[in-house]
Amino acid sequence: MASEAVYSHRGPMLKKRDDFEDLLEERRNSSDLRYALRCYTPVLYKGVAPCKTNMLKSMVLQSDQLHYVINQVSKETGRATGEVQEEASAILEEMAHSLQLSTIRFFAFILSKIFKTLFRGICVNEEGIQRLQQAIQEHPVVLLPSHRSYMDFLLMSYIMYTYDMALPVIAAGMDFMGMKFIGEMLRMSGAFFIRRSFGGDKLYWCVFSEYVKTILKNGFAPLEFFLEGTRSRTSKSLTPKLGLLNIVMDPFLKGEVFDVSLVPVSISYERVLEEALYARELLGIPKPKESTSGLFKARKVLSEDYGSIHVYFGQPISVRSLAQGRVNRCQFSLAPRHLPRRPSEEVQSFVSDSAYRLVGAQEENMVLKPWVLLVSLLLQDHHQHRGVGQKRGMSLDELTTQVVWLRDISRQYGAFLHWPDHVPPSEVVSSSLSLHRGLVRVSEGRVQLAVEQAGEPGSNLTPEEELLSQAVILLSCISYRNQGLHVFLRPALLASAIHAASSNQKQEVFNSFSFLRNMFSNEFILCPGATVQDFEEACYLLVKTGALQVTQDEVLVTERGHRTVGFLTSMLDPFLQGYQMVCRFLCEEATGSLTEKQFIPAVRKFIIRHLLSGSLRYTEVLSSDLQKNVLAALLRLGAVRKVKGFVRCHRL
Amino acid sequence: MKWNGWGYSDSRFLFNKKGQAEFTGKRYRLSGMIIPGLKDWFESTFGASLQHKTPPILNSGAVPPPTLNEAFVEELKSTGIPMSHEAEDRVFRSHGHCLHEIFALREGKVGRVPDMVVWPSCHNDVVKIVELACKHNVCVMPYGGGTSVSSALECPPEETRSIVSLDTSQMNRILWIDEKNLTAHVEAGIVGQDLERLLNESGYCTGHEPDSMEFSSLGGWVATRASGMKKNIYGNIEDLVVHVKMVTPRGVLEKSCQGPRMSTGPDVHHFIMGSEGTLGVVTEVTMKIRPMPEYQKYGSVVFPNFEQGVACLREVAKQRCAPASIRLMDNEQFQFGHALKPQVSSIFTSFLDGLKKFYITKFKGFDPSYLCVATLLFEGDREKVLQHEKQVYDIAAKFGGLAAGEDNGQRGYMLTFVIAYLRDLGMDYYVIGESFETSVPWDRVLDICRNVKARIVRECKDKGVQFPPLSTCRVTQTYDAGACVYFYFAFNYRGLSEPVHVYEQVEHAAREEILANGGSLSHHHGVGKLRKEWMPETVSNVGMGMLKSVKDYVDPNNIFGNRNLL
Ligand SMILES: Cc1cc2nc3c(=O)[nH]c(=O)nc-3n(C[C@H](O)[C@H](O)[C@H](O)COP(=O)(O)OP(=O)(O)OC[C@H]3O[C@@H](n4cnc5c(N)ncnc54)[C@H](O)[C@@H]3O)c2cc1C
Repeated sequence: MASEAVYSHRGPMLKKRDDFEDLLEERRNSSDLRYALRCYTPVLYKGVAPCKTNMLKSMVLQSDQLHYVINQVSKETGRATGEVQEEASAILEEMAHSLQLSTIRFFAFILSKIFKTLFRGICVNEEGIQRLQQAIQEHPVVLLPSHRSYMDFLLMSYIMYTYDMALPVIAAGMDFMGMKFIGEMLRMSGAFFIRRSFGGDKLYWCVFSEYVKTILKNGFAPLEFFLEGTRSRTSKSLTPKLGLLNIVMDPFLKGEVFDVSLVPVSISYERVLEEALYARELLGIPKPKESTSGLFKARKVLSEDYGSIHVYFGQPISVRSLAQGRVNRCQFSLAPRHLPRRPSEEVQSFVSDSAYRLVGAQEENMVLKPWVLLVSLLLQDHHQHRGVGQKRGMSLDELTTQVVWLRDISRQYGAFLHWPDHVPPSEVVSSSLSLHRGLVRVSEGRVQLAVEQAGEPGSNLTPEEELLSQAVILLSCISYRNQGLHVFLRPALLASAIHAASSNQKQEVFNSFSFLRNMFSNEFILCPGATVQDFEEACYLLVKTGALQVTQDEVLVTERGHRTVGFLTSMLDPFLQGYQMVCRFLCEEATGSLTEKQFIPAVRKFIIRHLLSGSLRYTEVLSSDLQKNVLAALLRLGAVRKVKGFVRCHRL
Repeated sequence: MKWNGWGYSDSRFLFNKKGQAEFTGKRYRLSGMIIPGLKDWFESTFGASLQHKTPPILNSGAVPPPTLNEAFVEELKSTGIPMSHEAEDRVFRSHGHCLHEIFALREGKVGRVPDMVVWPSCHNDVVKIVELACKHNVCVMPYGGGTSVSSALECPPEETRSIVSLDTSQMNRILWIDEKNLTAHVEAGIVGQDLERLLNESGYCTGHEPDSMEFSSLGGWVATRASGMKKNIYGNIEDLVVHVKMVTPRGVLEKSCQGPRMSTGPDVHHFIMGSEGTLGVVTEVTMKIRPMPEYQKYGSVVFPNFEQGVACLREVAKQRCAPASIRLMDNEQFQFGHALKPQVSSIFTSFLDGLKKFYITKFKGFDPSYLCVATLLFEGDREKVLQHEKQVYDIAAKFGGLAAGEDNGQRGYMLTFVIAYLRDLGMDYYVIGESFETSVPWDRVLDICRNVKARIVRECKDKGVQFPPLSTCRVTQTYDAGACVYFYFAFNYRGLSEPVHVYEQVEHAAREEILANGGSLSHHHGVGKLRKEWMPETVSNVGMGMLKSVKDYVDPNNIFGNRNLL
């Protein structure tokens, strides 16, 4: 267990965090039109003049890097350089943003209207904004928001406009391009588009990375992209993608800029617009392809109350200080810097660790609403009391007492909980429940998840259809529970480890902790190599809250710790069961090879069977996210092998 | 000569009773002049004030008594070679000109100093001294002009043997001049300005002009791989040396002939050049000489910004048409140079006044807070110089450069000789500073300049320096594949309890930054003890092993124990 401590401490101590200001408040009191047309004069990086799109494009096309790759491609394929050059320009055309202030103003106006109808407030930490403003003037800035909704990047630009800050240039996936009009609008509001996959296409990669670096190096605009690569459908943070992060760190590592500031931004939605959409998607219930009309059809959406949004601009993180002592920059001194080179192992692991740290920083500053705790309790109750004859749900009083208990624990674990302390807990509970009335049912003083409604007698659904419609509700609930997972994750891994270990020996518990952590590292944000730190942090938290006693070589659950440990174990239980289920599927049903395409439908069928027969409790195992994660974990652990698009089990 | 500052005792900057800066003495063009702009520049750049003074403490401190090796002293006496163990002589040879060395002296602090000084007057004297040193196991440290800026002359505090400073200053004769081959055979203790003066009398020059040439010695140049301002015409020391004699504990090292180039295995001269006094004493050098140039002309070019200036120098290097010297100052240095403009003098017509006149017509679009200046020196026969000048100005024009007159160029070069005096003035008023250099490939020049300057500013801030530092640079030499870059850095240390420590940390960080940006450990100042820690990563472990094995063979008992380099 003496693995080297790789990363700086996650710091489970209570964090001092900034206060929020509601930015819609002013919008409700003054003219949106004036706001959209007001004078906009952002401060810029070292006073650079904003760069015209065409100038940017020609800088990219003239770069040494691109010249080199064009010649290389031309040599390899026998095509004329002119032709390859043209291809490069076409790629650039397809990719480049064309930010226009008029479009931004248009959005500022429209979004003001929309936001005011949808949300109670958009709360932003203004100190974070000030820090960002400072950072923008000093170094090139990269904004790294969490990604839970399509809304995210419009919202980011909206906030930047509101605070008179330089508008970001945003890396967006190509899927938007399918929606002609919206695509162009987004382009004009600063988005640029990247193809989803361009594996071996050198030319594409080069145009893309030069485009990004040119923007960054010259400090033309803050760059924005999503570390998670795509919207998380589960509200759990996704394993960070490293491609773009590699690109933005490169200019620093090669000495082309003095430093780059990375700013993690945590966007928390009290209610996610795409709530049910995501659940359906995870269950494999087909969704309409993203199309302009589809987005506008969301009229129903407009009539609902989505609570408030919290946007927390984290402390800017200097790439220079991240790299201090980790990367020897001299490695770039011996070859021309424009030659494409695979990043060294040192650089790769540095970028990866940084990515985890950044996603960790996003998680840390995610605002959690009381509902997150409530739904966690309700879900556990739902799964524990499924026996016949028992009264369904929890009494309001019981729920309130429990949630107050959980509130206190989660605070001690460092959660960024927004709990209005001046309001009596019972009111906090009832207002939370009423905002999420689509997901919970309150009757006769008892609260339960709104899953039963689907199966009202008289409806003639097949058991499978009924199961799936319940699952939509459940997965929605689970996405809220997941918002808080990072707070409990390490203690929960420890609790489960204690549960699973054959003795109380510390080493034994650590081994089982380490096994679970390793197993789940595709499921949760767990920085590779930080097992010892995570273990220590978990011990620290559980000891601090009196749930555990840790001696020289033993780990003991205290008398009053059983409740906490029980809660934590139950939190992880669905995942454990889910992983077991997928493994069983692979052993029992997938004896030969399986294509990746076949995997999800087949495993789903298998799980539905077990759910219906009652041998599996957790409907959330139906989530394709979990199933894919298990597969990825098994691949990583070498239990499953990939053979040309087929998946094949080894000895499981 | 000053014992606790730079240069001649009669020459120094001071603020007179009226609060105006003045340069005393008669030696330099600036001597005896008032420099009205300096005070404002000084106060506004450093946040310094004439009210806050830190004069040097004048007692030279308690110098520890010498550890003498009696047997050695006795035998040496019989040779008749002059020697001394006077405190003053010993302290004078205990340091070079690094900031920490001078700062300590000003504070009256003296560490380990040589136990005695000897003054050989010829090669044979050195042979005798080294033999006796080997026989009696005393440590010998060669001392040339004492201008080292790498802690090379600092005595290792852990040295328990008697340390003898071998001062070469009395070996200062030109032994012969060979006009057929254009070489001169010179004793290694000769100081740069004397060498040039004596050769000039015969119509020749070496053209080797390091900024320290008033005080640094031929042997010192060889021992540190020095570089002169006019290397574009005359070459650096390694290009100038035809033959060297070095006295080592194993005997005398020299080649058997003076062929202009040889293929005889690795060049043993390259063990001598840069050996920094660790292998032996350079006693005599045969050097290339040239007829004195018929004509010299200064010049200067103003560029809209530093980037353009660097691009121009790169192009000049590419076309291999660099003048004898071409140097590019960044904007901060340009401003500084301007502050050093004296009150009255024809050659010092106000640059900015001239500029203002130009400004309306030509210099439109030049922002005084971005523009930068290149100074030029052309040498040769008149016609060629004029032709050459045109070629360079034409290239400059392509990069937005405008000719800005001879005076500015001349003033720029004159300043390089007085600038070293300025540090002493700063130290009188809580301002400490230093310059350091590197060499770097062309494509990295801009990046290294930006990053190192920014690193200095950031480190100062992090280390609690209360006022923004002066952090500036200039490109001083061009090569086919890169350039030499100098950084200047100074700050006001009021409020800091350990200014020198802070200073050293910042310089250390700046060096790390240089290395991380593809710069070399040193272009010409050498390694000494100051930069020793980076040697293994610079030359690789195998390289270190090679150097060590040479040291072990040549000097197995570490007689030349100044512990530089390795
Ligand atoms: C203001 C200023 C400007 C400078 N400008 C330049 C410049 O333009 N170019 C440049 O190259 N350097 C420059 N230097 C650095 C310095 O002048 C050089 O390193 C110079 O070569 C040192 O010569 P010195 O005679 O003063 O040697 P010293 O300082 O006395 O000694 C330097 C090292 O050489 C050894 N050494 C000296 N003489 C001998 C000998 N005869 N045999 C063996 N070893 C010997 C010493 O032991 C010591 O290790 C400058 C320094 C200052 C303070």
